[in-house]
Amino acid sequence: MTPDEEAETKRRQKARNWVVGGTLLFFVVLFYAITIARIGGQAG
Amino acid sequence: MSAAARPMPTDWRDFFALTKPRVLTLVIFTGICGLLAAPGTIHPVLGFTAILAIAMGAGGSAAINHWWEADIDAGMKRTANRPLPSGRMRRDDARDFGIFLSLVAIGLMGVAIGWLAAAILAVAVVYYAVIYTMWLKPRTPQNIVIGGGAGAFPPMIGWVAVTGEITMMPVLLFAIIFFWTPPHFWALALFMKSDYAKVGIPMLPVVAGEQATRRQILIYTVVLTPIVIAPWLTGGTDAIYGVTSIVLSAIFFAYAWKVGTRTKSDDDDMVPEKRLFKFSILYLFVLFGALVVDRVAAYQGFTGLGWFA
Repeated sequence: MTPDEEAETKRRQKARNWVVGGTLLFFVVLFYAITIARIGGQAG
Repeated sequence: MSAAARPMPTDWRDFFALTKPRVLTLVIFTGICGLLAAPGTIHPVLGFTAILAIAMGAGGSAAINHWWEADIDAGMKRTANRPLPSGRMRRDDARDFGIFLSLVAIGLMGVAIGWLAAAILAVAVVYYAVIYTMWLKPRTPQNIVIGGGAGAFPPMIGWVAVTGEITMMPVLLFAIIFFWTPPHFWALALFMKSDYAKVGIPMLPVVAGEQATRRQILIYTVVLTPIVIAPWLTGGTDAIYGVTSIVLSAIFFAYAWKVGTRTKSDDDDMVPEKRLFKFSILYLFVLFGALVVDRVAAYQGFTGLGWFA
């Protein structure tokens, strides 16, 4: 691998990690919100 | 180590591209319209979740479609630069991504909204990825009619996410997109014909000829008209939707009539076909927009009191 390819590989891996991490975090928040919405709906 | 032995990791944007984001905008739009037009209320978080699940299901089946059609896509100018035919991604990765996304979408819909909406979403995914893509698209020139069924699910799922039951209105919304798709897509196929001929997909203009396609466009447009007006005639909507649907139908018919009754000359730039295709997209957006305005106005009590009913 040339240094350029290596840098590009690193960049893509890093970007993918951020996207996967962000997606997971988003779903954690979403499931929390869904739970609150559904519990609230049953109480009301 | 050579580049061939250890390829670059796939850019995440290529995974995103597998979901056909441009098609998703129409899916999301019609899904939201079904959700907003349905009687009853849904918590905004749950409404958002339902639309997200619909979009993920559609994106997942689109990825499976990319996996299955990679060879076909490689042979067409329009699709040759997609992530798989251009070699930017492993084929199996696209398949696994698509299956994973679809399963998460169905599970999310079931857990957060309800299992009827989840079941229809599952049917939609299987319908598009298996029945249409793998089975019927390569086999019949009516493939577009069948493919239209896949695009017809989102507003129905959005509606059922709110009401929890299948009634006449969501079925009519399904039927509208179902019968709208053939004239919409065949107009495109008429001016894109050469590409499909090369890769052996039996598109109607290639198999049955151009005149037959023009006749079919006209037939489906005629069948579409009463179905589009039916929500009003059956009392499912008020006059806001009713008048809009009649005006849109008249314009659509005028464009389709031009396409349906003419013959291509040598060195034809296919202007009427391009116009019909462009208008068909506007038609769907305005129609569903009018449906939402009509229903929201009625639920808010602005209409339905004899003024516009």
